[in-house]
Amino acid sequence: MALLDVNNLNVTFQTDQGVVKAVDGVSFFINPAEAIAIVGESKSGKSQTAFAIMGLLARNGTQSGEISFEGKRIDGLPTEDLNRIRAAKIGMIFQDPMTSLNPYLRISEQMAEVLVLHKGISWKEAESEAARMLDAVRIPEARARLQLYPHEFSGGMRQRIMIAMALLCRPKLLIADEPTTALDITVQAQILDLLNEVRQEFHTAIILITHDLGIVAGACSRTLVMYGGQMMESGETRNIFARPTHPYTKGLLNALPRLDADHAALPIIEGEPPNMTHAKDGCPFALRCANRVARCSTVRPVLTSIDGHHLRACHIHPKDMT
Amino acid sequence: MTGGLLHIEDVSVSFPVRGRRDWPWTPARALKAVNDVSLSLSPGETLGIVGETGSGKSTLARAIVGTLPVSGGVLAWRGKDLATLSAEERQSHRRDIQMVFQDPVSALNPRMAIGDIIAEPLVTHAPSTPKADVRTKVQNAMQQVGLPPALINHHPREFTDGQCQRIGIARALILEPQLLICDEPVSALDVSVQGQIINLLAKLQRDLGLAMIFIAHDLSVVKQVSTRIAVMYLGRLMEVAPTHELIGTPGHPYTKALLSSVPIPDPQLEARRRPMMLDGDLPSPFAPPSGCVFRTRCPIARAECALPDDREIWTADDRMVACPFHEDGVV
Repeated sequence: MALLDVNNLNVTFQTDQGVVKAVDGVSFFINPAEAIAIVGESKSGKSQTAFAIMGLLARNGTQSGEISFEGKRIDGLPTEDLNRIRAAKIGMIFQDPMTSLNPYLRISEQMAEVLVLHKGISWKEAESEAARMLDAVRIPEARARLQLYPHEFSGGMRQRIMIAMALLCRPKLLIADEPTTALDITVQAQILDLLNEVRQEFHTAIILITHDLGIVAGACSRTLVMYGGQMMESGETRNIFARPTHPYTKGLLNALPRLDADHAALPIIEGEPPNMTHAKDGCPFALRCANRVARCSTVRPVLTSIDGHHLRACHIHPKDMT
Repeated sequence: MTGGLLHIEDVSVSFPVRGRRDWPWTPARALKAVNDVSLSLSPGETLGIVGETGSGKSTLARAIVGTLPVSGGVLAWRGKDLATLSAEERQSHRRDIQMVFQDPVSALNPRMAIGDIIAEPLVTHAPSTPKADVRTKVQNAMQQVGLPPALINHHPREFTDGQCQRIGIARALILEPQLLICDEPVSALDVSVQGQIINLLAKLQRDLGLAMIFIAHDLSVVKQVSTRIAVMYLGRLMEVAPTHELIGTPGHPYTKALLSSVPIPDPQLEARRRPMMLDGDLPSPFAPPSGCVFRTRCPIARAECALPDDREIWTADDRMVACPFHEDGVV
């Protein structure tokens, strides 16, 4: 049984500029101890998908669709019930480790609080457990460092603390929303390494949400590509990278500057990501797509299987793609 | 060393910083953001500068533009020391060097029409330019960067991020500078838009014969546009080499660590990549390690590395490695 099953998720926001459809009919699953990636650019709906799973949408947002965790529906649960799942069973880490930690509290308090609330153990025990967890994410002198405040740590260290905090209750699922985007590249390598280690050690499934195709290649077994709130392509990472079957995936992969290849000029995708307040019929990528046919801007392509779990949403046959 | 355009010798930039608990009469401590950096640039060349947070790459750029004073060393523009320039010469130096910034939206005044934004440097530096000429020049600049000149009266909010960066580039080009300094010009942009801006900058550089200093933390982006790359760490130069040599046969252990940390968007190659993990964090810039600043995280560090020697070793005319042991170290 899948650990998390998301079925036809829709997220809309009421804004002054009109209704924004941020996530549009997204379905996926993740198995225990698996690592999958949701890849997309800004406004692709990748982060809102995560927020919807966690029940953390902003006030002007509404969601529909089914979200099941360990076989039980968790969408639409009242806050108290959700709070029993959040942190205890599903942990989340965010892009900016500074704004996610409370600057007024010592690390010890912020971390122990999680255990005291969810596990009902004493503050003293909780602090010892927090120290053990800091040790597990390889923060040197964990015990002494517990007494420090967030600003006394570097960005990489803060992200380690966030990961430790998210793992305190041994969640089954960790959602990492751009966990390395704010970090330097040598630190990024350390954090990705750490995430992979905790997945194996604690059997935590990981949803890695990112714009960076490079880190996906090494970190995740399956990849979901989103654009304009919709799923464009999904499947095993190696298949997606070796044989992308959607023009967007293909264009994105080609447009990446790479250390191991030379281009006189980078092959580019024309145009820019769509404005989500004017959602149109058809494929959201149609306007920028080199393979566009008339039907693309009127009929929305359905996500269909081309090879087992490899799904794509495109009217054009992969063989006819340029 | 050549460098007909820009010659930087042993340049340092430091900031006076006062601690929260200092007494009012305590002398401020100096934070050396850039420390004894020597570089040169020929006309039409693109020099990439890479480095992580706190490496001093942006500070160096600001010193070259002249918005930050240097605290030591010589910055020579076309053979003239910037420190000795007269007010008029300084004006013309500022015309010659223009800058493109990281956040394209906040770099533009939201209340000005983009025509006014692009014209502003021209109107400031050459106030006598007739209005009709200004307009033509603005329209030409817009065309150069791929913006429809008809949008001249629109405001920044009506443009996407990528278009805003094009406006920023047009503004930098209007004075026909000889050197364009791009400080992380694409890191705030979406992947699918990054390529457009990189290609545009490369094309402008070729067509106009501009010299360019391209600063970024992303080595694959820097590699795409640069003829030479300089690697900085904690305010110092670690290595300078032609792009292909630096990527193919990196010398300095820090360059190697940096290169091995770049993920490859290919699962098969990525499975074989062994990132060289650096221990610990960047040391405090207030108390940089003695000797080689990288030695606290260096996998091949030895006792001698703490000694205050000059480590810059020129292995070729255009290649410098700031590590005497770079050939012994197996990493």
